[in-house]
Amino acid sequence: MKRFLGLLARELQLHQPLSGGNMVPLSFFVITVILVPFGVGPEPGILTRIAGGTVWVAALLAVLLTLDRLYQADRDDGSLDHLVMSGLPLELLVLAKCIAHWLAFTLPVIIMAPLMGLLLQLPLEGHVALVLGLLVGSPALTFLGSAGAALVVSIRRGGLLLALLVLPLYIPVLIFGASAVEASLLNRSMSDPLMLLTAFSLLSAFIGVVGSSLALRLELS
Amino acid sequence: MFGLANPRRFMSFTDYALPIATALTVVLTIVGLYWGLVLAPEDYQQGDTVRIMFVHVPAAWMAMACYLVIAVASLCSLIWRHPLADMAARQTAPVGAAFTALALITGSLWGAPMWGTWWVWDARLTSVLVLFFLYLGYMALWASFEDRARAARAAAVLALIGAINLPIIKFSVDWWNTLHQAASVSRFDGPAIHESILIPLLIMATAFKAYYAMVLMLRMRTDIMERKIDALRAGRAREQVV
Repeated sequence: MKRFLGLLARELQLHQPLSGGNMVPLSFFVITVILVPFGVGPEPGILTRIAGGTVWVAALLAVLLTLDRLYQADRDDGSLDHLVMSGLPLELLVLAKCIAHWLAFTLPVIIMAPLMGLLLQLPLEGHVALVLGLLVGSPALTFLGSAGAALVVSIRRGGLLLALLVLPLYIPVLIFGASAVEASLLNRSMSDPLMLLTAFSLLSAFIGVVGSSLALRLELS
Repeated sequence: MFGLANPRRFMSFTDYALPIATALTVVLTIVGLYWGLVLAPEDYQQGDTVRIMFVHVPAAWMAMACYLVIAVASLCSLIWRHPLADMAARQTAPVGAAFTALALITGSLWGAPMWGTWWVWDARLTSVLVLFFLYLGYMALWASFEDRARAARAAAVLALIGAINLPIIKFSVDWWNTLHQAASVSRFDGPAIHESILIPLLIMATAFKAYYAMVLMLRMRTDIMERKIDALRAGRAREQVV
């Protein structure tokens, strides 16, 4: 446990939350959302209707953009081998890395999301569904993405390939997340999509951790 | 299955099996197409358009079957290091992707006169489209590694993750579809299929399976021979250096 926390602290320190480098994915998230009104026009009715889906797609892409930081740098400078040999089970190592990554990159996006909803004229009840959905759904993005990142870790310029591998798996998150926002706008219960989203996140945590460690083990053997 | 793990035994087995599969493919395709396109009656609602189904439905079945083959072969390759399993998975992928594309294209051709549009975000269409991208990702991962053994293992892990997620994606797309779209599109599950259409459909489905078996054996044989050539070349290069 002590080692696990130590690793978590190391990862967080390396990611340096809220420092300059982490602003890039966040800025990407914001600019992607801002692009949409230019594309579909500024009428409030349309923007309200598509706000939830737009913020979700942008968040998905922002997470995708940061996935290469999970294992790439550690593999390139050799510290991944050291971490694997440190005696900590590989599964826990993956878990620590995913948690740190989520805290450093996804949490800022979630904090920024209500502001984006405001820009897209999302009503208040929609904001609740949006933020709750992102909180319970975004771990699935990190964990599934971690498996993808582990698979392409030794490939040069694996970023585009990673998008192709991971984006189809993200579809359920997008569907349930956007549905929660829509349900709240139509005054329907949003608990169904939120519970499905939570279930998918838990399952993805399992698939992601096992898949990532399997991929890393094959990679380093 | 394990008897065929030896490439040489696989080659001598396919020496016999390949001509049989080829003959089956040719005969069944000719019979099935003639029955389906000429003998089978027109549908009272869909007219001649119903004949697209004789290609569309078997292609859609094969699209799913091929992904299942890839997943099972990947599992065998990861657990038993079965040397031909990863080859079977790799060589199935382009065939499966082609079946998926064929199902999408014929479905779109059918939809244009029947639904009045080339594409609807129907749950089944959407999940087949996602399946197509899973195939593309799988093939892209195979192509990205230089080391073959490494590529095989990474692709196997990806195939298994995809296989676990596929039912969930299917479920979520169904859910999304019922939520968003009022039932405006007439579905093809009206009355049960009459046997005058069912029999040629089953013949065509068997023909597609025979075709898949034929192409898979052909591709795997080619792959084995390519590996052999590579090994011979490497051997000769080593001799020259010495």
